Order: sequence, then structure tokens, then C-alpha cells
Amino acid sequence: MSSKKELIISKIRSGVVIDHIPAGRALLVLRMLGITGREGFRVALVMNVESGKLGIKDIVKVEGRELTKDELNLVALVAPTATVNIIRDYEVVSKFKVVVPDVIEGLIKCKNPRCITNQQREPIKSRFRVVSREPLKLVCDYCGTIHDLGDIEKSLGIT
Amino acid sequence: MLRLGGSVIGFSGTEATSMAKGENLADTIRMLDSYANAIVIRHSLEGAARFAAEVAESPVINAGDGSQNHPTQAMLDLYTMWREFGTIDGLSIGILGDLRYARVVNSLIQALSYYKVKLHLISPEPLKPRRELLEFMSSRGMAYDWTDDPYKAIGDVDVLYVVRIQRERFPDPMEYERVRGAYRVDLKLIERAKPSMIIMHPLPRVDEVDFAVDSTHHARYFKQAGLGVPLRMALLKLILGGDHE
Repeated sequence: MSSKKELIISKIRSGVVIDHIPAGRALLVLRMLGITGREGFRVALVMNVESGKLGIKDIVKVEGRELTKDELNLVALVAPTATVNIIRDYEVVSKFKVVVPDVIEGLIKCKNPRCITNQQREPIKSRFRVVSREPLKLVCDYCGTIHDLGDIEKSLGIT
Repeated sequence: MLRLGGSVIGFSGTEATSMAKGENLADTIRMLDSYANAIVIRHSLEGAARFAAEVAESPVINAGDGSQNHPTQAMLDLYTMWREFGTIDGLSIGILGDLRYARVVNSLIQALSYYKVKLHLISPEPLKPRRELLEFMSSRGMAYDWTDDPYKAIGDVDVLYVVRIQRERFPDPMEYERVRGAYRVDLKLIERAKPSMIIMHPLPRVDEVDFAVDSTHHARYFKQAGLGVPLRMALLKLILGGDHE
């Protein structure tokens, strides 16, 4: 990591650094990744630090767990500005900007109460197809209901 | 199915199934899947048919899921139009009624999107199509206009497709009371129609088509319903395979 300010937390040996997260969204980013903190690997979280691009930002570092690109792209739902650095032996081996994936499974609740995915006792996960990224627009694969950014944020508990 | 020489494991409501005992849809479908070669499902929730198709190995036919889709009805509707006019391209089609909650409207418009038709959507303001359907039509480049007055559209249409107000799908009964009886197809309305205009309806009808219309040469809804038999026979045959003869 180049900037001094990011060194509030030491460099990680191997893992993932998610940078340029909009300020205050780091916990949501962990939720998108399914990381609760009880898994045992080391997680560092920095909130509201200065950023050249964003003013202030959050950073998340996850050490000792490989995350796939598909998993990491889910972060784009809550942090569209985020960049991902994959670290091996203290070196950045790849770096990319997150993009909302084509299909999102299980993370978002369909807002249609009459959708089969909202039935408690059925072995079913919600599934959305992304029909537009700018502006973000998802369609429930089961009932066809359109979800805009506001619906998605509401479902994820972002106000 | 019976006319095709097959047999049916049927029930009309959840009370006759283990769902009444608390079995979920997935388990019911798995059971039927092991008994039957094809499953036909009608369900009150949207997406139930798709979910059933994911659970089952056997083919699943959606016979209506909530207020979303009713594809076999749309197929027989198009078949009826084609039998009447010899074409679907070029027809002017008015769809009158509950464009918001009637699932046949969704499926019919999806099916019509494969043809060049002129669409007149006619409904009371609160029953205008949902955003999903409007966006679908614009994504397919379908031209349509909307009015709340059937008298404005009647003179132009070749087909007047009437749907009932879907009382059971209204989240709020007060909302239903406000729109019930908002439109009625009667002799006065059809006086202004083209002589060749036909009236279709997926049935059941409540009071949106006057009984006096039944005996006019415009009425096609009973014939339309009858065409559902060969259409669904053909569909089952296509799905299940088997010999011609």
C-alpha cells in the first residue's frame, strides 16, 4: 500500500484488500462477503479515513482467505467505487474495480410478498438478474419484479 | 390428457394434498415427480411454477402462477385469433379490464410481442399495467396506447380481449370496491365496432360482458375456451413425445 495513511493497519501477507469503499459501508461489505468475524481468519477494518478520490473512505483487509472474483463482485452492490487488491507475499498480484455480477443469489429479499422466494418453508433462495448497472436495476428471476437501487438498499438494510 | 390416452393424478386445491397437513410445495412436487411424466401446476404465488420446474425432473407446465403468467391461455388466445383471421400480424387488439393483476394479460402481451400488432390497452386508472409489463413492451419495441374509455378504442379493434377484475388479487378490498363494475361490454358498446370484430375472454366472466352479447356474432369466448382442448393436447404431445397416428 502506497499511502502512509493506509498504514494505520499493517500490510497483510496474503489475502484481499478492498479499498475505496464509501465511508461507513465497511460492515456492509463484510456482510456481502459473508464474513461474520467468527471464521477465525484475520480481518482489519478501517472506517472514515482520508481519501484522495472520495474525501473519506473505508478499507477492509482480509488475511488468509482467498475470495473469488464472483464473491468480491457482490461488494459492488453496496460499494460501487470499491477496488480490490489481491495480495500474495506482500505483493499486489492483481487489482480490479468491482462490477455488479450478472446474477445475485440469496443476498437480497424480493420485495413482492407474493413471490415464491418469500415462502418460509420452501428450500429456495432468491435470485436476481441484473438488467442494468447504471442505474442499477435487478429483476427477480421467479416473479419478474423489478428492483431499483432503493429497493436493494432497503433489503440490505442501508438507509 | 385423457383424450390422449393418458391418465391424471389430479386435485383441485391444497385441501386434497398433503399441503393441507403442512407439506411444502417442494416436497409435493417431488412426490408428483416420482409418480407422473409431466406436472401441470396452478399456484397462487408468483414464481411457483418456475420453482416447481427447478425441483422436478419431469416437465412442468405453468397453468397460472399468481398474477404473473398463464402461458397456455396465451397460446390458445393466439390460436383463436389465427383461426379467426388467418393471421396475427396486422391485427388491432384491444385489451380491456384488469391489466394490473390479470396474469393472462402478461402472457398474452408477451406472446403478441412476437408479432406486429397494434395494441389498445383499456382499463380504469388504478388497473393500468404494472411497470414490469410496460418496460417489457418498450424493450420489445411494442407500440401501444392506453385509455380508460372503451368507446374511444372500440371502433379500431379487430379483437376486443376482455378480462375480469381479479378480486382475489387485490391487496386491499376497498381498492376493489372502487373499480368493480368500472367497465362493461354491452350491445351499446359493440354497436360501434367493426362488423368483423370478435370479443374474446379467458373466462370466468362476472359482469364485464353482458349476457346479451353472447348471442351476437362478435362473441368468441366459448369457442376460444373450446380451442383450449386441442391446444393443450398438442402441448402435452409435444412435451411427452410419442408416435404420430
